[in-house]
Amino acid sequence: MPLLSVKDLRVHFAVRSGVMLRQTAAVRAVDGVSFDIGPGETLGLVGESGCGKSTLGKAIVRLLKPTSGSIHFESKDISRASQGSLRPLRRDFQMIFQDPAESLDPRMSVRSIIEEPFVIHGLGNRAERLRWVSGLLDRVGLPASSAERYSFEFSGGQRQRIGIARALALKPKLIVCDEPVSALDVSVQSQILNLLVELQRDFGLSYLFIAHDLSVVKHVSDRVAVMYLGKIVELATADAIYQDPRHLYTQALLSAIPSHDPRVKREKILLEGDVPSPIDPPPGSAFGHRMSHPRYDETVGADLSLKEIAPAHWVAADPCCVSASDWQKLRPVKAS
Amino acid sequence: MIPETENILEVDKLITSFETDRGLLRAVDQVSFTVPAGKTVGIVGESGCGKSVTAMSIIRLLPQPAGKILGGHVYFKGHDLVHASDSEIHKIRGGEIGVIFQEPMAALNPVHPIGRQVAEVFRIHKNLSKKDAWAAATEMLELVRIPAPGKRMMDYPHHLSGGMRQRIVIAMALACRPLLVIADEPTTALDVTVQAQILDLMARLQSEMGMSTVLITHDLGVIAETCDEVVVMYAGRVVERASAKELFTNPLHAYTRGLLSSIPTLSTPSKSLLNTIPGMVAALADYAHGCRFCQRLGRSHLAPRERPIFAEVSPQHWVETCPLCYQL
Repeated sequence: MPLLSVKDLRVHFAVRSGVMLRQTAAVRAVDGVSFDIGPGETLGLVGESGCGKSTLGKAIVRLLKPTSGSIHFESKDISRASQGSLRPLRRDFQMIFQDPAESLDPRMSVRSIIEEPFVIHGLGNRAERLRWVSGLLDRVGLPASSAERYSFEFSGGQRQRIGIARALALKPKLIVCDEPVSALDVSVQSQILNLLVELQRDFGLSYLFIAHDLSVVKHVSDRVAVMYLGKIVELATADAIYQDPRHLYTQALLSAIPSHDPRVKREKILLEGDVPSPIDPPPGSAFGHRMSHPRYDETVGADLSLKEIAPAHWVAADPCCVSASDWQKLRPVKAS
Repeated sequence: MIPETENILEVDKLITSFETDRGLLRAVDQVSFTVPAGKTVGIVGESGCGKSVTAMSIIRLLPQPAGKILGGHVYFKGHDLVHASDSEIHKIRGGEIGVIFQEPMAALNPVHPIGRQVAEVFRIHKNLSKKDAWAAATEMLELVRIPAPGKRMMDYPHHLSGGMRQRIVIAMALACRPLLVIADEPTTALDVTVQAQILDLMARLQSEMGMSTVLITHDLGVIAETCDEVVVMYAGRVVERASAKELFTNPLHAYTRGLLSSIPTLSTPSKSLLNTIPGMVAALADYAHGCRFCQRLGRSHLAPRERPIFAEVSPQHWVETCPLCYQL
């Protein structure tokens, strides 16, 4: 049974204008997304800026209220739970943010930052909590003497360790990592990635790992979901996504990664244009629209949801974005 | 010293310091490299290694009054920019040397239409009339492949996406057909697909216009993809310098090796532990004599007290020859 099960999740933001601040449009940041995460599994989530991946991450830990759809965490629907009833559940799902400098209160000592989750949930007495804090600091590779210092005294990588210690405090089952290493230098990035991999091994954690760096996502993920304009367009095991991408957007994304070997010149699929705005998105295939694909018209009003093209390999049934042979398998069969 | 003529740029023992609360700090400490005509030279290193300060020193755009060039030479076409007058520098910057910054939104003026900003380059450097400058600017927008350039000229920067803005900045940098372009992290703020577009555009324009480029980046992938030669900087110093091919296949300095092996690539086994470089970059004020990378690794006591010599150990391959960090 999956630890987390997301069904047809939508997060829309109202755009208000005019004197009466009436809603005139909606930003469809997340627009019908479904996936599962199993215990001990890492699901990587990739896509370009503005595709809705961070919004999706925040909605899952209920820092945002979904517009519709369901989020089952251990078979309990948390998508509409009130803040009060969420509190005891929050122990099980935590979040690590991109910019550790902004997610740590500069006026709190490292001890109070890491201790706060215990205080909020009324766990332990003062002495116990202090012991737990130094245990956590040790686990994320910071000296015990860090406890009485302030977050701004630390480097970017060390601050991210503090953020990880805080997320670990309540022994969660799921951690949403939103671009946890993209603000860090490469040599520090590898230290943090190693720490996340070790913690998963030791505690059996599940991760939703959001990042725009496809090599990093490949490294940490069991399965990978590719998002484009609020929708998942392909979902498969990491190996399948990287070795046998079926969706044109996934292929373009992968070909854009610079190769780390100057002798290898990879064939690039250069995309024209930009990601369209999630306000008033094209009615058919968003990616087909960007490429002005000749079959775009067929996709207007069509069901472009994910279909299983190969075992555990899901791709959007979109004639603009899959090969002709794949489309033969994916096309809807007309009832005769 | 007579600079060689085939190099468009020669940086020779450049020293740039900043006045700080902790005294005068050398952000760039005797950096030397050359840029051959028509080639792209990459400067790579982690944040704070001095790569951007090196670039800004070349075009004398250091923060004032804190930043000062204390020594060395920057020969551009054989002419020393360090000792050039302000008016000479003004003429060269944006003229024969184009500059592309990381954050296009910060490089563009938000209250003027982009057409006016591109045309301004022609007004200042080429003394064109308003009408001619406007026409020339429209042509530049076309050159950087902005769709419907005539219509776009009246747009303001906030109308454009990040990739489009960076194209405008590139159009401004290339407006006067420069001999040298200095690009400071030109694609860092962009998505990978847009990065690929911009790198492709820069490479095409470079081969069309025959200019040289100094590309500053922290991304070794971008270096491998675009550069002919690479300068690796650590804590204000160049630790290794070689052709891109040589550097990626035969890195000789421990720092370069560490950098190369700590990045996950698509062929790294999943969830394997990555190589890491222990420790972190120290504050500039905390450096003692001797090899700075040894200091990071906590083995200064084993290394010689003097600064390691930067030497050409094989043809066109220079390394800082600290006995602990340099291995063949």
